[in-house]
Amino acid sequence: MLADLGLITLTLAFLLAIYASVAAAYGGRRDRFPFVQSARNAVVMTYVMLTGSVLLLVYALVTMDFSLAYVADVTSQAMSTFLRVTALWGGQAGSVLFWGWLMAGFVVLVTLRKWDRDRELMPYVIAVAMGTTAFFIGLSLLITNPFARLWHVEGASELTTAVFRPLNAMAYVPQDGQGLNPLLRHFGMIGHPPTTYVGFTGFVIPYAFAMAALVTGESRRDEWIQTTRRWTLVAWVFLSAGLVLGGRWAYDVLGWGGFWGWDPVENAMLLPWLTGTAFLHSVMIQEKRGMLKVWNMVLIILTYSLVIFGTFITRTGVVSSVHAFAKSAMGPAFFVFIGVTFLASMGLLFRRLDTLKSEHDLEGLISRESAFLLQNVLFLGIAFAVFWGTIFPMISELATGTRITVGPPFFKQVTGPLFAALIVLQGLAPYIAWRKQNLAKLARTLLWPFVISLVLSAVWGYFHRQHPASFVGLWVVTFVALTVLLEFWIGVRARMRTRSEQPVGALWRLFGRDRRRYGGYLVHIGVLMIALGFIGDAYFKEETQGTLAVGQQLAVGNYALRFDGLRQGAGSDGREVLEASVSIFKDGALVKELKPRRDYFVAQQQPVTIPGVYSTLGGDLYVLLVGWEEIGLSSSTFKVYLNPLVNLTWVGGMVLVLGTLIAAWPSGALGARSSYVLGPRSRQVGDLSSVEG
Amino acid sequence: MLKLKGFLAALTILVSLLGAAAVQAQEGGDPYPTDNDVNRVAKNLYCPVCPNTPLDVCETKACQDWRAQIKDQLAAGWSEEQVVDYFVAQYGERVLAEPQRKGFTSLVWLLPAIAVALGLVVVWQVVAGWRAARAIEPSSQAEEIDLPSETIGSIEEELRHLR
Repeated sequence: MLADLGLITLTLAFLLAIYASVAAAYGGRRDRFPFVQSARNAVVMTYVMLTGSVLLLVYALVTMDFSLAYVADVTSQAMSTFLRVTALWGGQAGSVLFWGWLMAGFVVLVTLRKWDRDRELMPYVIAVAMGTTAFFIGLSLLITNPFARLWHVEGASELTTAVFRPLNAMAYVPQDGQGLNPLLRHFGMIGHPPTTYVGFTGFVIPYAFAMAALVTGESRRDEWIQTTRRWTLVAWVFLSAGLVLGGRWAYDVLGWGGFWGWDPVENAMLLPWLTGTAFLHSVMIQEKRGMLKVWNMVLIILTYSLVIFGTFITRTGVVSSVHAFAKSAMGPAFFVFIGVTFLASMGLLFRRLDTLKSEHDLEGLISRESAFLLQNVLFLGIAFAVFWGTIFPMISELATGTRITVGPPFFKQVTGPLFAALIVLQGLAPYIAWRKQNLAKLARTLLWPFVISLVLSAVWGYFHRQHPASFVGLWVVTFVALTVLLEFWIGVRARMRTRSEQPVGALWRLFGRDRRRYGGYLVHIGVLMIALGFIGDAYFKEETQGTLAVGQQLAVGNYALRFDGLRQGAGSDGREVLEASVSIFKDGALVKELKPRRDYFVAQQQPVTIPGVYSTLGGDLYVLLVGWEEIGLSSSTFKVYLNPLVNLTWVGGMVLVLGTLIAAWPSGALGARSSYVLGPRSRQVGDLSSVEG
Repeated sequence: MLKLKGFLAALTILVSLLGAAAVQAQEGGDPYPTDNDVNRVAKNLYCPVCPNTPLDVCETKACQDWRAQIKDQLAAGWSEEQVVDYFVAQYGERVLAEPQRKGFTSLVWLLPAIAVALGLVVVWQVVAGWRAARAIEPSSQAEEIDLPSETIGSIEEELRHLR
C-alpha cells in the first residue's frame, strides 16, 4: 500500500514540476508576479513530494517489499540494512528518482536563497531548471518506475514488470530478491555515487541562470556570472570529489591494480568536469575584463549537455562498460532531450549575440587573456579527444561494420601531452599580466623555480633512469609546484614587510584576505598531487605474477611476498570466500600480513577480487589472488603490483576539496569591498610594483 | 615517415628488451613463458566478450583459457606479434587495446590532433584581432601588473589613511 502512495507522490511531483516550469515562464513573460510566486511554491511542493517518494522507496528497500520489481532486483535477505538503503541508487529506476530528487533540491535552495536579489532572472531559472527536473521525474514515472510491480501473466514464461495489473495477470512476489551487483556491495557505495550525482545535478543551476540571462537579455550585464560562481564551485567540487572517490573505489574492488581505466563511464564523468573546469576559469576573464562572453555561454551549455550525455551513457548502457549497472530503453528519450536542449540553448545564444558584445583591448601577444584562451583550447582539446575516443567504437561500427576497441593506450598517448601542457600553463598563467606581459620580466621571476625544478627532477630522474619519459612529467610537476609556492611566498613576504607579521600568521591572513585566489592555488596543488599519482601509475608501476606453494616467496621491487596458506569458507551476503594469507617482507624484514581474497557470489555467479594492500605514503604493495590449486589448496597464483605515488592521488583529492571550500566560502563584507576588478581602460598602476618589493 | 621510423625504433628497443627479459627469465629458473610474459601480451588485448576489461586482468573462464592459449603459443616459439596477429585474425580488430593507425581507424587518432591544431589557429586569430582593435585606438602605454590582492589591499588601506 505504501508503494501506491509512493506512486501517487511521484505522479504529483511530475505534474507540479511541469506546472512550476510553465507558470514561471508565463509569469516572467507576462510580468505577472503571482504566477512566479506560485511556481516557486510548486518547486517547494515538487521537492516535498519527491522526498516522499524517495523515503517510501527507501522504506520498501529496507523492509524488502519484494512485490516491487526494483526492490526484488537490488536487495536480498543477505544484504545489510546499510546496503539496502544505498540500493536506492544501486539500480536504474532508483537512481533516476534519486537524481530527480537531488536536482529538485538544488532548485529549492536557489529559490530560497536568491529570491529577492534576482527578480528578473528567477522566473526563467525556475522554468529551465524545473523543465530539466520534470524530464527526470518523467523518466522515473513513465519509463523506469521504481514502484512498478512484478506480474505473472497467464501463459507467459517470463514475469512482466508493470505499474498497473496487465490483463490476465496475477501479482508475483518472490521469496528473495536478486540483490545488489556484487561490485556495489562495498562501503564506497555511500561515497562515490551520491557525490557524483550532486556534482552532476548541481550544474543545472549555472546553466539555468545562463539561459535566464539570455532569455531576459540580462546577459548584457554579467551578473549571472557572479550569482552562479558559488553554485558552479559546489557542483564542481562534488564532481571532482566524485571522480577521486570513484577512482579509489575502483582501486579497491575492480582488482586490476589501477584507479583509472579510461572506461566509457569514467570518461562520461570526466567530460563535464573538463568543460566545467574550463568554464570556472574562463568566467574570470569575463568578470575582470568583460571578454569571452559568448564563449562562456557555449562552455556552460556544453557542460550541461555533457552532464545529460554522461547520464545517458551511464544509465542506458549504450556503450558497454565495466560500470554499466543499469541498462534500459531510456535511450531515445535522452537522445531527444539532449538534442532539443542543446539546439534550443544554442539558438537562444545566437538570438542574443548582440547582448554579449565583448570589450577587446589587448597589447601584447603574451598576456593573461591569451593564457586563458590557451587553457580553453587545451581543456576543450582533451574533452574532444576523450569524447571522440569514447564514441569512436560506435562510429566505426556504423561506418565500416568493424568493431574496434579504443583502450587506455589511446587516451594516455593523446591526452597525456595536452594535460602536461595544461599543467605548465597552470604554473605560468598566474604570473602573466593582463593585457601585456614583458617576457624578460616573466623569465626573471620564474628563473629560480625553473632552475630548481630542473635540478630536482634531474636528480629524481637519475634514480629512475629506466623511465626517461617520466623525467618530463616530473619536471612539469616540480616546476609548477614551485611556482605555486612562490605565489604564496610573495604574498606572505608582502604581509611580513608591510605589517611585520609572523610567517604563519601572515599565511593564515593571506588566505583570509583573498580566499578565492589562494584557495584556487591550493586547488592547483591538489591537482599536482593527483598528477603525480598518474605519473606513478604510468611510469613507475611494477607488476609480477607467480604461482607459489605454501612457504614459497615471490619478489617485487625491494619487497618479497611469502604464501602462508589458503582458507575457504562462507562469507556474509551469500558469498563463498577464498582467503589467502601472505606475509610481506621489505628488505628481508616482515612488515605486514595481508589477506587477499576472492569472493564468489553464488546467486549472481560473479567473482569479486579483493586485494590485500600494504599502504605507505610512498606507494602501495597491492596483492591479488588470481588463481589457486582447487584440490588441497596447496598453491596459489598471485598478481602483485607495486604502485608508487598512488596515495598522493587521494591526498590530492582532499587538498583540492579543501582549496575549493576556501575559495567558495562566503567572504565577509571586507573581502567584498576590496575586491579588485579591472576597468575597461587600464588604471595607472605602473609603479606600484615597488610596494611589493 | 618520421612516425614510422620512431615506431620502428621503439619496436627494436622493445624487442631487444623482451629478448633480454626472456633470457633473464630463463636464467632466473622459471621456464619461458612465465605468467609475466603472458600478461605482457594480454595487457594489450581485449577479449570480445567482456566489456572493457583488458585480458591480463579479466577473471572469466574464457579469458583464462585465452591466457593459457597465449602461454602455449609463446612456448611453441611464437613471437609476441605473431600471437597478437593470430588473435586479430581470429576475432577481429576489436581485440586490440590500441586502435590501429591505418584505414578508417586512423581517424580516431587524427581528429583530436586536427581539433587542437585548429583551436590554436583560432586563438591566434582572435588574439591578433584583439590587438588590431587595440591598435586603432591606442591609450595609455602603462603595462598592467596583476598584483597579488594582498598588495592591492595594503595599497587601498594606505590610501584610506592618506585621505
